[in-house]
Amino acid sequence: MMGAAWLVARKDLAIEFRTRTAFFSALVFAVLALCIFYFAWDESIIAPAQRAPGVLWVVLAFSALLGLQRSFSIEEHDRGIDALLVSPISREAIYLGKAIGNLLFLCAIQLITIPALALFYNLPIGRPLMVVTAIVLLAMIGIVAVGTLFSAMAVNTRLAELLLPMLSLPFFVPILMNAAQATTRVLADRPLAESWPWLKILIAFDLVFVVACTLAFPFTLEE
Amino acid sequence: MFPTCPAVEASGVRRTFGRRRAVDGVALSLNAGECLALFGPNGAGKTTLLRLVAGLLKPTSGSVRVCGHSLREDASARAHVGLISHQSMLYRALTSRENVEFAARLYGVPDPRAAALNALERMRILDRADAPVRALSRGLQQRVSIARSIVHEPSVVLLDEPYTGLDAAGGAALTDMLQLLRSSGAALILVTHNVDEGLGVASHAAVMLDGKIVRHDDCATVEPRTYVAEYRELVLRGAEHASSFDVESTA
Repeated sequence: MMGAAWLVARKDLAIEFRTRTAFFSALVFAVLALCIFYFAWDESIIAPAQRAPGVLWVVLAFSALLGLQRSFSIEEHDRGIDALLVSPISREAIYLGKAIGNLLFLCAIQLITIPALALFYNLPIGRPLMVVTAIVLLAMIGIVAVGTLFSAMAVNTRLAELLLPMLSLPFFVPILMNAAQATTRVLADRPLAESWPWLKILIAFDLVFVVACTLAFPFTLEE
Repeated sequence: MFPTCPAVEASGVRRTFGRRRAVDGVALSLNAGECLALFGPNGAGKTTLLRLVAGLLKPTSGSVRVCGHSLREDASARAHVGLISHQSMLYRALTSRENVEFAARLYGVPDPRAAALNALERMRILDRADAPVRALSRGLQQRVSIARSIVHEPSVVLLDEPYTGLDAAGGAALTDMLQLLRSSGAALILVTHNVDEGLGVASHAAVMLDGKIVRHDDCATVEPRTYVAEYRELVLRGAEHASSFDVESTA
């Protein structure tokens, strides 16, 4: 199943590499949002480093939505999804392939967003930033799991652009809440043990979302 | 591959969308090497029947089996089916070769690149193998789409208006390929509005109206001109309360 999933992911990434539309729109949004948030607060009242965790997760959630939107819209144009559905690969492999493609896509966005965040908000480069990157990766797994499922559900509707955030954001909340709590502590240079309870809940949500969404996905394809 | 079973077997297949019966109690059986041409006006249920056979839709009642397997329950059995649809099912950002090669990999074809090039050659579009699909005309896209659907050498091929957009060369390539598929033992279901084209390829012909198969013939026993005239009359009678009527014939 993972071989077929990787095939689907590679195909999605090849399409994105050729068109680069979603990548650039998500990246431009992320960098612009970092700039706007930087200038929106008075530095003498709240230090940039204290604002960074909140800004990071707002930017990450919304740039992820931009990427997730495209996940199934590329299948709809000439009904490429039908070619996947009549092939001998399982529905679960299609879902996992889409999710892996989305995860790698979002990781590419974060590769630029996190250093930009460190630059704008004067974050300590080194161990704290590496831990934050690991937390981002953990959160991305949950966000991608939920977002990929809802992207498949929303794509056939007239209000796909509106429906995806409406369906996804409530499910993002537990992921973002725990990830933001852990990030705040890491960037405040507190011991990692303080972040651990939040991270454990984050990992639990990841597991639940990945399993539940993989099992639910075949039902979203029924006409 | 499954010599004891009919290639396609449908019994009592019904599919409803809300209160509308798109397919209403259809039964058909098709053996290896046979080709069924399915005619009917727009909205008669031909495409829905094809999607039911392909496993893309679940029947409301009844059963569809391909080579003895239910495609919805047995994913590996879907490897026996090739589908050519209204839409190209291609990715516009990828090249023709990449699209066909991707399909070959999905079906576990041993040498996907060679198989893709071979399929493109059979559809006489090898010279455009490295062109992105978005740069191809509708007819050329259709040829790539056909190459994609036969790259794994399916034993059942479902074709929904495959001649749409094809020029004379493309049409000839498709007809040759359909004959070749039949002679190699593949069963074909061909949905078309063009009665002559359908009769030219098929071993059996059927007419669908309002979700039902209302006429079924052995092509060896029908005379094309008479069939076209009878088909027109049948459709006109059946379309008394339907809004659409389209039947093409070069006869």
